[in-house]
Amino acid sequence: MTINPDLQGRSYPAAEVYDVGREKIREFARAVKASHPAHYDLEAARALGHSDLVAPPTFAIIVAQRADAQLIEDPESGIDFSRVVHADQRFVHHRPIFAGDRLVAELHVDGVRAMGGGAMITTRSEIFALTGDGADGPGASREAVSTTTSSILVRGEGQ
Amino acid sequence: MSTASIAPVFSELAVGQGVGSRSITVTRQDLVKYAGASGDFNPIHWNEAFATGVGLPGVIAHGMFTMGAAVQLVTDWAGDPAAVVDFQTRFTKPVLVTDTTGTEEPGAVIEVSGSVGALDADAGTARVDLTVVSAGQKVLMKAQAVVRLA
Repeated sequence: MTINPDLQGRSYPAAEVYDVGREKIREFARAVKASHPAHYDLEAARALGHSDLVAPPTFAIIVAQRADAQLIEDPESGIDFSRVVHADQRFVHHRPIFAGDRLVAELHVDGVRAMGGGAMITTRSEIFALTGDGADGPGASREAVSTTTSSILVRGEGQ
Repeated sequence: MSTASIAPVFSELAVGQGVGSRSITVTRQDLVKYAGASGDFNPIHWNEAFATGVGLPGVIAHGMFTMGAAVQLVTDWAGDPAAVVDFQTRFTKPVLVTDTTGTEEPGAVIEVSGSVGALDADAGTARVDLTVVSAGQKVLMKAQAVVRLA
């Protein structure tokens, strides 16, 4: 199956809300062997001036990969997940992610180019925190949190 | 409660200055923990037969595990995880993690070292360039973290 070149420029709107929990921050921090107390201890986070536990710098990958799944699972994309290799990744943080944040991600397909029998696909997730009352509504205000950019190589047959 | 390190001061930094190094051990269990924590359950990170079946030499670490573990050197140096405003890398070689279940041995070791690669006085940021090596090969390239300092 070949990658659909029409994917370039496609966007997937923000779907489900991701609620950032303290135990999830602690679990993720342990999983990447992060020892900084601001990931675990509320007093330590507050001593640095933060409102709650601070997520590790790569925590946003959870939200970004959920957004990417919309593309990978889209039957029109032609992507075989078992042939996907992560090529590069970038996080630009407009502000840190804290426990208690309610995050949504808008996915943009910025690039699709053929490579051998496969393709390199670059996606960007614009991650926002919902703010204010009635934060789930379509008119809710939102604050830019992170921009994540990811390139995946979908290997062709024999690659 | 105080934090582990004293934050670096921008005006005292120089390009080329080291930020330290650390050695990270990895086991198959660590990959299972990362899979669970991140939601990335691709079987190449936990199933030998599946990994070799798709042409890999064996089970490999998630690139995002390596990236996430490597940046802790920067976080601890900066004194605040929130100081990391930009972090990027290319994944160049897989980290092969052998099955050492039931022993005290690691399945792989990742060596991380870093130095100040650039300073931006207007932004008050320092770019830390990381060198990340496993089994004698650079597994990350252009691994750069931008840190905002006081």
